[in-house]
Amino acid sequence: MPYAVSFQQVSRHFGSVRAVDAVDLEIEPGEFFAMLGPSGSGKTTCLRLIAGFEQPTAGHIEIFGETAEGVPPYRRNVNTVFQDYALFPHLNVADNVAYGQMIRGVGKAERLRDADAALEMVKLPGYGERKPGQLSGGQRQRVALARALVNKPKVLLLDEPLGALDLKLREQMQEELKVLQKALGITFVFVTHDQGEALSMADRIAVFNEGRIMQTGTPEEIYRRPKTRFVADFVGSSNVLPPELTRQLGGPAEWASLRPEDIRLGTEAGHQAQVVGLSFLGSATRVTLDVGGEKINVLLPSGMPVPEQGESVRFSWTDEALHLMGTEA
Amino acid sequence: MSTAATAQRSAILPGRGGIGGALSDALWRKPGLLLFLMLTPPLLWLGVIYLGSLFALLIQSFFSIDEFSGMVVREFTFKTYGELLRPSNLDIIVRTVTMAGLVTIASAIIAFPIAYYAARYAKGRWKAVFYLGVMLPLWSSYLVKVYAWKLILAKEGILTWVLEKLHLNFLVDGWLSLPVVGGNSLSVSPTGTFLVFVYVWLPFMILPMQAALERVPGNLLEASADLGASPGQTFRNVLLPLALPGVIAGSIFTFSLTLGDYIIPQIIGTSHLFIGMAVYAHQGTAGNIPLAAAFTVVPVVIMGIYLWLAKRAGAFNAL
Repeated sequence: MPYAVSFQQVSRHFGSVRAVDAVDLEIEPGEFFAMLGPSGSGKTTCLRLIAGFEQPTAGHIEIFGETAEGVPPYRRNVNTVFQDYALFPHLNVADNVAYGQMIRGVGKAERLRDADAALEMVKLPGYGERKPGQLSGGQRQRVALARALVNKPKVLLLDEPLGALDLKLREQMQEELKVLQKALGITFVFVTHDQGEALSMADRIAVFNEGRIMQTGTPEEIYRRPKTRFVADFVGSSNVLPPELTRQLGGPAEWASLRPEDIRLGTEAGHQAQVVGLSFLGSATRVTLDVGGEKINVLLPSGMPVPEQGESVRFSWTDEALHLMGTEA
Repeated sequence: MSTAATAQRSAILPGRGGIGGALSDALWRKPGLLLFLMLTPPLLWLGVIYLGSLFALLIQSFFSIDEFSGMVVREFTFKTYGELLRPSNLDIIVRTVTMAGLVTIASAIIAFPIAYYAARYAKGRWKAVFYLGVMLPLWSSYLVKVYAWKLILAKEGILTWVLEKLHLNFLVDGWLSLPVVGGNSLSVSPTGTFLVFVYVWLPFMILPMQAALERVPGNLLEASADLGASPGQTFRNVLLPLALPGVIAGSIFTFSLTLGDYIIPQIIGTSHLFIGMAVYAHQGTAGNIPLAAAFTVVPVVIMGIYLWLAKRAGAFNAL
């Protein structure tokens, strides 16, 4: 079985800007794959390369084993949910959803029936007659999803689709997307800059930075065993310890990552530090410690005793919490 | 120092004083007043001068002229409109409307690629070049341009000379030998009139089209391609419907400007009359104001019908 999407040394340069730089990528069929990274890291360009809106400057792209370079978007059995939904303002919701089938010459009755079914699937039954302008952001997002899924694509691309939604709606959509993906078995490729979203939804994550993939792995791997400082810092804002500090704290002289939630405060043994910052986050309190000039964050679950600002405390962690990343991370 | 400055300033600043200050405050409290002051002069101008004279014109068209004395009879009658429908006058209307329609279609076809390029691809300096290129012809006198075209299209003109050098003059000769569109030379044929109309009104089609195309988000075109539409299908199903208000706006310009023009067909073309020329002749030398007024009502009615049809066809749905 070929990969759903495979990149071999793919680059996309815009003048002197290397938006995507020699990327290798393999996405399994039926996978929920997240491309995670800060803005300008090349994740969206990768998505556009799969969709066909961009052509690679160098390298080779395959979609389900077939060469994709030079193939225009309209000949790819791949559909996109755009960041700002890109619904056609002059068509009503049903015609928006039926657009792909209309283009393919499916009869009016049949395509409108399919559109109704797709709207039902995204929990917007009976919205067909409305214009996109009359819908809320969350509803437009569902219409965009229905419009893409009704074509039964081999790969569904989602470009920060939840970015414009408020927190509650976003969490609800995350759950629904996951359920939908499992039910349909379609390969989903999801672009996001929100690490929490990537961790909670994806089967596997590729972390992008400066046009390159820093690490690919399951959410667990990415979170527990980051390979580089960047991944450790970007995914879950871990404490990144430079080699000197790691050595001071009793480890080898290597870069290390130490998760804020893995640190205990007020233990008998352990290292001395001063509390320099406190912020209440609701379910936890973040305590910032000063350890010989370096800042280390600690997450205290609510209910735990919280130290005072300026207080001197001892802190420690279990051995497996300190994740070493080598001297060159 | 900054704390001292802060301490000196109270929470509410004193009024600026004077008439200017009082006026600013009053207008801020009553935004409607400002709107009223700004809109009254143009509305008076439009309402009284423009609509008033149009109404006066409409009334004139329901008067008639006494055939013996040549005096206007101020009695309500449809006689003048009856006269309008005489074959010789109907001929003028049909000729003008056909010309206006053809000029509009040709302008739209020529303008679209230019407007599309300007809206989608031209950036910075090239955008300035575009605006300059489209507007520049409007800076020179209309008469100069029309006479220049007369020289270009004349029998011994530049066009004939160039085509002779290229051994292509048989093309023009062949075209001119056709009935209806042909003539002795391009400058005295309906084809010549058509070419000059298209040239002169083209900017009025390009600019609204460009404005409309600029407002079509690029990702809608990508979404269409993503859903399987070829560039041609995207044009028909997304780009054209969304740009249609601009196309209609441009076509209103080219259509109505052609309907009303009386100079171009007088300088370039056959001796057959257009509506504008008929109005000019009837209100001037012939002194038949009612018939001139009736002729003027024709473009107004045609534009009304045109807009109504455009609205029914959904041309303004994307607005």
